[in-house]
Amino acid sequence: MRHLLSAADLDRATAIELLDIASRMAATQGREIKKLPTLRGRTVVNLFFEDSTRTRISFETAAKRLSADVINFSAKGSSVSKGESLKDTALTLQAMGADAVVIRHQASGAPHRLAHAGWLGSAVINAGDGTHQHPTQALLDAFTLRRHLVGDADNPDGVGRDLAGRTVAIVGDVLHSRVARSNVQLLHTLGARVTLVAPPTLVPVGVEGWTCDASYHLDEVIETEKPDAIMMLRVQRERMGGEGGGPGTGTGFFPSPLEYTRSYGLDARRLAMLPEHAIVMHPGPMNRGLEISADAADSPRAVIVEQVANGVAVRMAVLYRLLAGEREAWA
Amino acid sequence: MSYLLRGVSPLGGEPTDLLLADGRIAATGAEARRSGATVVDADGLVALPGLVDLHTHLREPGREDAETVETGTRAAALGGYTAVHAMANTSPVADTAGVVEQVWRLGRHAGWADVLPVGAVSVGLAGEQLAELGAMAYSAARVRMFSDDGHCVHDPVLMRRALEYVKAFDGVIAQHAQEPRLTRGAQMHEGVVSAEVGLAGWPAVAEEAIIARDVLLAEHVGSRLHVLHVSTAGSVDLIRWAKSRNIAVTAEATPHHLMLTDELARSYDPLFKVNPPLRTAEDAEALRAGLADGTIDTVGTDHAPHSREDKDCEWAAGAFGMLGLETALGVVSTLMVATGRMTWADVARVMSTAPARIGRIDTGPDAHGRPLAVGEPANVVLVDPTARWTVDPAGLASLSRNTPYGGMELTGRVRATFLRGRATVLDGALAAPVGAGA
Repeated sequence: MRHLLSAADLDRATAIELLDIASRMAATQGREIKKLPTLRGRTVVNLFFEDSTRTRISFETAAKRLSADVINFSAKGSSVSKGESLKDTALTLQAMGADAVVIRHQASGAPHRLAHAGWLGSAVINAGDGTHQHPTQALLDAFTLRRHLVGDADNPDGVGRDLAGRTVAIVGDVLHSRVARSNVQLLHTLGARVTLVAPPTLVPVGVEGWTCDASYHLDEVIETEKPDAIMMLRVQRERMGGEGGGPGTGTGFFPSPLEYTRSYGLDARRLAMLPEHAIVMHPGPMNRGLEISADAADSPRAVIVEQVANGVAVRMAVLYRLLAGEREAWA
Repeated sequence: MSYLLRGVSPLGGEPTDLLLADGRIAATGAEARRSGATVVDADGLVALPGLVDLHTHLREPGREDAETVETGTRAAALGGYTAVHAMANTSPVADTAGVVEQVWRLGRHAGWADVLPVGAVSVGLAGEQLAELGAMAYSAARVRMFSDDGHCVHDPVLMRRALEYVKAFDGVIAQHAQEPRLTRGAQMHEGVVSAEVGLAGWPAVAEEAIIARDVLLAEHVGSRLHVLHVSTAGSVDLIRWAKSRNIAVTAEATPHHLMLTDELARSYDPLFKVNPPLRTAEDAEALRAGLADGTIDTVGTDHAPHSREDKDCEWAAGAFGMLGLETALGVVSTLMVATGRMTWADVARVMSTAPARIGRIDTGPDAHGRPLAVGEPANVVLVDPTARWTVDPAGLASLSRNTPYGGMELTGRVRATFLRGRATVLDGALAAPVGAGA
């Protein structure tokens, strides 16, 4: 593995290996001294063309806990808005000797171009590109799912195991969601069954090519599938009708926030319909009262804060796997 | 200057000799063997009437960093073209008699191929007010084809007026069929691939809805409509239906839509970004079938040069368009002739005769798309039908390098091009331009 661009790059064995490394990384994070010397002298660049404080901080923390030098390169305004071109930015980073570039970009495929256009020799990690992929989010979600649905007293993280037989419902704006695309691929690779739930306007044309089911009816999916986990996707304000969809911005994808919440929101009633053991996930940041109610977000079944913590461990695992190679480990 | 094309196969038929003299095809067969003519050994080569492109972007005036009339027509000559129609989306836009005459004169001055300017339908391509179509038609450039290509004439009233208005000078409206609201921000064909790679989808219906409307408008007002770069199977069906009703519609397919598919977007390389987008394998096959059965009338290149920086970037930032002039014949030959789906006479029809007729340049002393017969203007291209060659982007005559065929092997290559009896290309290389008025 030279880059991590898409969840589709991961076969079952590599995915399990990454989750297992993440599990050992997570164990070190309980220590008083959390820092490992593994990537000392290595340079990781966080190249963020799009604001995302939480993802950037997560990668920064992961890299620093592995003793890498971290450079934060906030490049708001890419070539799309006539700033410096992605190519020139890449050549600059190459000249500075970056070992890994963590890129967040609003254009789908920008990390792929960075890795394959011949501009840069570094490892490239996709931290979210447009409406395409967010593979470390899928890994942290898989890590969280495995801990809660597969782990047992002897093996709390489910090390060495996959997600075979588990069912996951992913609910919300699938059309624009890189989280959904990444999770559908990775969870399928790990043996889980995924059902997407969304209003028809937010299901991509061409979804029949995906390794999952799709439904327009949340209540029906909860009743019949009895999912082991439900993942609520963030609904962006500009997707809405009404005030968000004025002249020139296009018609909304659904009539109103209220109607969306009524049909696709996770409220107390739907929370109660879920199986006892089912967990509630959200990649954040949440729109409380829209896709998820306070009852659900704050319930003991919600693992949303834990997802954030697991994000650091998973990103440490990815950096380790890409940069440390055969070198001595963190043990 | 006269040329004796010895042993040549007109339209792939029986080998004979053709004498080109004084700008005309002067004689064939035994009578052609006149002393003094330069002999071209055309043994095994196919002669076609000089190719005519209804869809070229020469970028001049305005984007001379991407292409000029001079470089674009050199590329045209090497591709076997003796006439190209230069689209109006220049800067300034070709929406006045002054700009179309400028482009026409630049073409005469360069001398590699006749340049026929296309006039804009609307002022500034803005889709609001008709440009002075009459002034362009009666200018020295004699414009007969009008198009806002790059933009759709989406207002149905403006489209109706344009269709009606050009009847006065036997003009034709060439429509870029793209419903703008359905394609806002669109990046690639909407389907299985776009769903996976996360690029905003460009639905087939955005093209088909406009074509359906326009053929009905053309029927209603009794005007000529030419549909540019048809890209979907549904569009082919609509045009077939319109022709069955005797609506005066003609249609174009590009070499890239005939050959390439949306799978190429998986590379995220903007080299494969084009408007309309590359579609599915089923769509490409429907276009090939439509071309073979005559539903699609012409192959137009939509030659769209772009500077390096406009393609050396992320997909969303890349410009739409790809080169086509130097590869069009090779692509058509590879897809349609080498496979036995079309004859060379069919190729002459879709790449010369039909486009010349649609553009109304098939009469008069400077006519194109004429039969290879004695007395006709000596616009001739010689093709080696079996030559296999690999496309080398660095070897193209165009100023730009954005060919999607780099490294691809094609069968069939242009060996020589004659414009009014003068060789613009000999032995597969540029010869000499034809002086103004020659």
